[in-house]
Amino acid sequence: MSILIYAESAEGKFKKVAFELASYAKKVADSLGTNVTALTVNTDNVSDLSKYGVSKVLKVSNDKLKNFNAKAYADVLKQAAQKEGAKLLLLSSSTDSLYLAPIVSIGLNAGFAPNVVGLPISTSPFQVKRTVFSNKAFNITEINTDVKVVSLSKNSYGVFESEASLTEEAFLPTLNDSDFNVKVESVEKTSGKVTIADADIVVSGGRGLKGPENWGILEELAGVLGAATACSKPVSDLGWRPHSEHVGQTGKPVASNLYIALGISGAIQHIAGINSSKVKVVINTDADAPFFKVADYGIVGDVLDIVPKLTEKLREFKAHNS
Amino acid sequence: MKILVCISHVPDTTSKINFVNGDTEFDTNGVQYVINPNDEFGLTRAIWFQEKQGATVTVVNVGGADAEATLRKALAIGANEAIRVNSSPKDGFFVAKQLAEVAKSGSYDLIICGKESLDYNGGMVPGMLATLLDYNFVNSCTELSIDGTAAKAAREIDGGKEIISASLPLVIGGQKGLVEEKDLRIPNMRGIMTARTKVLTVLEPIDSDNNTKAVKFEKPASRSAVKLFAADDLDGLIHALHNEAKVI
Repeated sequence: MSILIYAESAEGKFKKVAFELASYAKKVADSLGTNVTALTVNTDNVSDLSKYGVSKVLKVSNDKLKNFNAKAYADVLKQAAQKEGAKLLLLSSSTDSLYLAPIVSIGLNAGFAPNVVGLPISTSPFQVKRTVFSNKAFNITEINTDVKVVSLSKNSYGVFESEASLTEEAFLPTLNDSDFNVKVESVEKTSGKVTIADADIVVSGGRGLKGPENWGILEELAGVLGAATACSKPVSDLGWRPHSEHVGQTGKPVASNLYIALGISGAIQHIAGINSSKVKVVINTDADAPFFKVADYGIVGDVLDIVPKLTEKLREFKAHNS
Repeated sequence: MKILVCISHVPDTTSKINFVNGDTEFDTNGVQYVINPNDEFGLTRAIWFQEKQGATVTVVNVGGADAEATLRKALAIGANEAIRVNSSPKDGFFVAKQLAEVAKSGSYDLIICGKESLDYNGGMVPGMLATLLDYNFVNSCTELSIDGTAAKAAREIDGGKEIISASLPLVIGGQKGLVEEKDLRIPNMRGIMTARTKVLTVLEPIDSDNNTKAVKFEKPASRSAVKLFAADDLDGLIHALHNEAKVI
């Protein structure tokens, strides 16, 4: 049962999720007595994958694939899986991977399990654990097809080094014009900002910040930590912050290492969206706010007063510890 | 233009999540069901196309008789007719196969799904459905306009958006942005009365395998209590984040 992973990159460089996926694949491959092959698309230097246990790379370089296109990428992955005879295709939970996973699973007649956390519970029958009900529960899911597609939840496994000797092979998939019927006309991206999806740390604000004019203190804290900024639903509904920052059940999911909630009470829908984060900190005036029940660390107090001081302290701390 | 809106019948976002029968089934006791929020944004956009561009809107659900209340709500909001495929939704693939059958027989131009449902969060039905039908597909769709057979859409990506063009027939996985929260409609009395007389067709499912099986549910382990620091002990918090949690 050989394993193929899709090692994602952005602007020619691997994303961190690619290394987490490689680490995970290596562990699964060891338990099955097989090797990990990675597919890369327009990635400059693929040798880094060897550090995480990948022993073969199928390298695709093609200008047509410069912009992500779900159908075309799914087609490439399908051809790579067939060429390698892969029985398990592992993907990350990035927006792009979640877009192409259902497409490739139909192409390979494969059962698909998304949002998987942890190593397979059993490989025969093949059972994995996935989050359901917006992180309020898990489901043990059995995939009963010959070929299987699994997408791994971000930050659910971790990155582990495991040196392997790597062979690189240029891979030339056949692309059809019909792969490009959905056309990307333009891309609007905020540059120079850490995105919520990629961030290790997310600093998020709620109504406790009292108004959009106070967001400067949150942004400064995020700046010192190299964090992405986010907000609660009421804050985006009030128009204090753009919808793109809304995190929670109907907003963006967050699975960061550290989530800092400033003046957020912690409605059940909010918690559902951020609960996959490893460590949660809350600062809120109301000691009875539900967020304190799910947080690891907390301070009862006014964010407008505490946050600037915390930023200052962290700045000093960073100066001494980096 | 014929629009098919796929509706999931899901527990309200505030529901307590519990399981019964040896943790193999969701405990529906006391749970309020709603139109899946992502589907509701799509439905509301579909009603906009109906009012402004003369589209007809059919809503469809794969589920048991209990889902009919949710379909009636969609009719009360303004959908023209409803279809229920009479089967429990076994897995995403099974649901996609059923929906593909409905889509083919109705030759719809636009199929609007939510990008994921709030129960299983699989997010797989829209992509599987589009692939089974070989229709164009845009996921995480936050804007959609149609001119003749040409669609313009926006897709949310990490840190921004893409502007996309594609021709009909098209499947989207929709979300907030298709319409805003304030545009969502609460059915009025007239809508509710009219909905009672609109056509709700029940179809039997086609034979299909499911590729996956939900074996058992688990609840997250209960967590230890929050560690509180005094408002003037920020050093204590920083120390804990660095040495204990090791996240800074």
